[in-house]
Amino acid sequence: MSRIHVTTTINGDPVEYLCDPEETLLDVLRDRLGLTGSKEGCGTGDCGACSVTMNGRLVCSCLVLGAEAEGAQIATIEGMAKGETLHPLQRKFIEHAALQCGICTPGILVAAKSLLERNPDPTEEEARYWLAGNLCRCTGYDKIIRAVMDAAAEMREAS
Amino acid sequence: MQYLAPTTLDDAVSMLAAQAGDCRVLAGGTDLLVRMRSGFAEPDAVMDIKRIGALREITTEDGGFRIGAAVSGAEMAENAALVAAWPGVVEAAGLIGSTQIQGRATMAGNLCNASPAADSVPAMVAAGAVARLASAAGTRDVAVEDIPAGPGKTNLKPGEFVASIFLPARPARSGDAYLRFIPRTEMDIAVVGCGVSLTLDAGGTCTAARVALGAVAPTVILVPEAAQAIIGTKLDDAALDALAAACSAAAKPIADKRGTVEFRTHVAGVLARRAATIAKTRAGEQA
Repeated sequence: MSRIHVTTTINGDPVEYLCDPEETLLDVLRDRLGLTGSKEGCGTGDCGACSVTMNGRLVCSCLVLGAEAEGAQIATIEGMAKGETLHPLQRKFIEHAALQCGICTPGILVAAKSLLERNPDPTEEEARYWLAGNLCRCTGYDKIIRAVMDAAAEMREAS
Repeated sequence: MQYLAPTTLDDAVSMLAAQAGDCRVLAGGTDLLVRMRSGFAEPDAVMDIKRIGALREITTEDGGFRIGAAVSGAEMAENAALVAAWPGVVEAAGLIGSTQIQGRATMAGNLCNASPAADSVPAMVAAGAVARLASAAGTRDVAVEDIPAGPGKTNLKPGEFVASIFLPARPARSGDAYLRFIPRTEMDIAVVGCGVSLTLDAGGTCTAARVALGAVAPTVILVPEAAQAIIGTKLDDAALDALAAACSAAAKPIADKRGTVEFRTHVAGVLARRAATIAKTRAGEQA
């Protein structure tokens, strides 16, 4: 079986890799590129722990083939902080203690960032619906939602 | 497994025709990749149709909309003209899965996955949508209700795939709606689904209607008796009662963990009544 050569862009950097045809983007990110921030929770698109954006669109990387990333723009949790400076969402998640075990956190941060890019002033209901595909089994959702709403408010003031 | 990524429709149909083994068409992948990862599908090849430009577009045609087979639910919801013309179809497609799933999932995939509970299918059937099938022999247009053959099975021929779905032009004072029953607020599979599309005359009398039900038979079904119950009426209580009765009579569900036969039969009527009322309101707003 021949591997597929893929040229893509991840967090703004040009990246090339070889992958098997049936290999998912999540497996490529984690096992070939060492980008282990995206997690595999369910592997069936239900939990959102593997959320990344592909050409600006929020997707589950477990339901994308690595080969599909050819020519695409991929953004993962690793590209969220700028060097040592955390994204406002990341800071607010810490301030609000919006995580415990942390497995769901990268996916939720990527998903929340995608929401605020489209809608800088979401209602709580809009935020809850947008994040409904991101499951958290320990913190519960209230702290997560409070952190997202607080980050949104701060980002609106800053802009 | 082989990964095929044609960039034109001509290349796609010849690639598919050349495949001797099991070749699956990959659009959004939200069903196919789950099946592959769980071992329910072990294709020899997948053909990704997302690099075919024409299949990624929503275009207007004869006053209607042609939606490429690789257009995602999120892209449909961002097309203001489509939302204005066919709000029920867009909402039905939008009910499928989470934000992440919406970024990938397509109506063509929802149709070809052939689940009796597929949310977008009753809305498409009510809309009178037509699927355009492509193969090496050319293209043919088939009514959406004639695509599913049973759970997980379609009437597509080998070497054939859905290239686009056409939503026809609609007369003035038309509206559509899709409702489903699920025991939670979202992220679930329909226990019953119902799509209604109708047209009113200037006096508010229904002149045309199509009613479709999901999850109450081996395939999504068109219910002509339900449409007849409201055509010629102003959708008064008596007409809505007759509509609900026709839908309950047409429902031939199974009992499973999602609902009993009795519950599904009853809810089919309830949803039809509510969906028709929404469709009527939308039609009135277009006047």
